[in-house]
Amino acid sequence: MANSIKVRAKTTSGVTVVKTLINHPMETGLRKDKKTNQMIPAHFIQEVTCEHNGNNVLTAQWGTAVSKNPYLSFKFSGGKSGDTLKISWVDNKGKSDSIESKIK
Amino acid sequence: MNTNRRSFLKTSATAGAISVAVGAGLLTPRAVLAAWPKSAFEAKDVNAAVNAVLGSSSMANSGDINLKAPDIAENGAVVPITVTSKIEGTESISILVPNNAAPLAANFNMGSNTEGYVSTRIKMGKTSDVIAVVKAGGKLYSSTKEVKVTIGGCGG
Repeated sequence: MANSIKVRAKTTSGVTVVKTLINHPMETGLRKDKKTNQMIPAHFIQEVTCEHNGNNVLTAQWGTAVSKNPYLSFKFSGGKSGDTLKISWVDNKGKSDSIESKIK
Repeated sequence: MNTNRRSFLKTSATAGAISVAVGAGLLTPRAVLAAWPKSAFEAKDVNAAVNAVLGSSSMANSGDINLKAPDIAENGAVVPITVTSKIEGTESISILVPNNAAPLAANFNMGSNTEGYVSTRIKMGKTSDVIAVVKAGGKLYSSTKEVKVTIGGCGG
């Protein structure tokens, strides 16, 4: 699968705004499969970490109540155009993905 | 929500056990926080969840937190939430929905340069308040807004 994360980061007057979209089903574990009548097991992202030049800027801990294909946006100061930004996630099944991106 | 009786009984039993454990001070949240706070995300009421994730449940209402959410959400599966905290030294922002099966939706821990701003999308089972809890300087501040979820596209 191609990378599941899309990142866009832009610095204007010292503040970097980061916007991310992650492709993930985010199953709550409370939904039933209509065909088989079985519960669909929970499958959701537990932790998202964002690093700017190796420094942690944000750790998000998520429960099942975060929407499917989650969107996350945050701001931090001290970022410059061209800096590296690393975003990674881990879900409750132990799957993970990460992406490195440059600030615009 | 389509929870059958058996799993409902099971989950409410575990939630009871967790809140008892929290009440007795058996769960020390700081130590647990290093990993994903399972107990907090499984807690069934707001105080237990806040206690499990932030170490305290005494919150002061604050006008410095701007909680932006729709008045009426047509689709409970995607409710955009934006929290802006003007409180100095914001360490973390948590988003809770009391009427969801598990109130704690998300918790964001900020780095030292991170601004008190977070925007995301959450699921809501039915009409409920949305609570944003901000931790700054060891104290908790909160802000609440009601979001009406219309089910089936009409009424509320």
